[in-house]
Amino acid sequence: MLNTLLKLEHDKLGASFTEFGGWEMPVRYGSDIDEHHSVRNSCGLFDISHMAEIRVTGQAEEFLDYALISKLSEIENGRAKYTMICDDQGGIIDDLIVYRLDDDEFMIVANAGNQHQVVEALKNRLENFPDTRVVDESGLWSLIAMQGPKTKEILGSLVDVDLTVLKYYSIATAVLDGKDVFLARTGYTGEDGFEIFVEGDPSGVWQLLLSQEGVSPCGLACRDTLRLEAGMPLYGHELNKDLTPFAANLGKVIRFDKPSFVGKDALEQQKHPKQKLFGLQGDGRRAARADYEIFLPGGTDPIGMVTSGVLSPTLQVPIALALLNADAGLEIGSEVEADVRGTRIFYKVVELPFYKRGR
Amino acid sequence: MANPENLKYTKEHEWILIEDDIATVGITKYAADALGEIVYVDLPKVGSVAAHMKICGEIESTKSVGELYAPMDGEITEVNGALDQAPDQVNQDPFGDGWLIKIRYTSLPDLLSSTEYDALVGE
Repeated sequence: MLNTLLKLEHDKLGASFTEFGGWEMPVRYGSDIDEHHSVRNSCGLFDISHMAEIRVTGQAEEFLDYALISKLSEIENGRAKYTMICDDQGGIIDDLIVYRLDDDEFMIVANAGNQHQVVEALKNRLENFPDTRVVDESGLWSLIAMQGPKTKEILGSLVDVDLTVLKYYSIATAVLDGKDVFLARTGYTGEDGFEIFVEGDPSGVWQLLLSQEGVSPCGLACRDTLRLEAGMPLYGHELNKDLTPFAANLGKVIRFDKPSFVGKDALEQQKHPKQKLFGLQGDGRRAARADYEIFLPGGTDPIGMVTSGVLSPTLQVPIALALLNADAGLEIGSEVEADVRGTRIFYKVVELPFYKRGR
Repeated sequence: MANPENLKYTKEHEWILIEDDIATVGITKYAADALGEIVYVDLPKVGSVAAHMKICGEIESTKSVGELYAPMDGEITEVNGALDQAPDQVNQDPFGDGWLIKIRYTSLPDLLSSTEYDALVGE
């Protein structure tokens, strides 16, 4: 298993660890629910250095317009876009955030478990782009996410740039703890926050950020409950190679107005998938978990299954994302049942996200 | 936290306090830590029958679901109702306020001593 450069810091903080995408990552430092609330109410610090960083240079915008499903040529320098890389059948290889660093330079952040598949798929698509380079820089970068309503103020006092002008889904260079870093206003928690790209040893930056009042170290357990409340998909649960972006309600990420891109023909045929992702909300305290079956009320044949489910720490009710038959007649407010280890539990179809931060 | 010497243990990471014919049962700190923050505890009904190594309850954390095995035969005489409102007591005080059930036992199987349990969890 791989360790991030912050392993020693996590040990010092008494972290519990879990395997994730081939990495040994902190799952919690103390109470994962306290960590969850600290992100919703103050500021949480996550080591997400397991994520992959891939730099694309040269004829990069034309290449990415061909290799990915969105139109990256459209975004300005210093801006970011959520997108996906699909195979030629339209299946999702990974979901990505792509940052435009310069006219001819982009940084892609991919999921840890998909690092090699993404790098390989990108390289395989280079054939008609002789002046473009795809470089896996995952080994160079540590990534620290600082998330929560107090982040802007806390981080802003430590850097040489004005964070109030750095818009959501933007990236800028900055000096933090004497190091040149990238600050991106992105995240995976449903809160305002930043992701900090640090080259070399990130320990000093981690310690500095953690020493600020109101900042708590946070593990992957609360990262999962936070992203689920925010209705964000997790690869391997809501997204996989057998699903298209349409199944995940992310068809709008696809830009069919591009002349060609990998997966275009297949995706045009799959605008109406057999199963789609729905948000479900229950009551009580028992939560349906991933892979539990969902039924229409009183039904005997499952109409699909839960992809992620938990008792929401913020809302205090069970919430779930579920991949359900598109022809089951479900709409907002429809009732369904989850089989929770032999007991039927009621859920209602609700709008996503489950949780939206106040503005 | 050390595993108290006055308790007995099972390989399923439960602790047992024997007082006369009543056994108080909980899960160990090791098990509570491994589960993570406990959000829901499903306990058997008072008066129901406990059968050795049969599932008699569930302990849910944010990340997973753990099963509670009856560590012996007997009858459930009391359950910790406070856990309905404060299931995280199992994390906060696993060997105290986080107890789960009391059983009037009819027989006692072989149980582990604290030293044996320490060895099992590598403490």
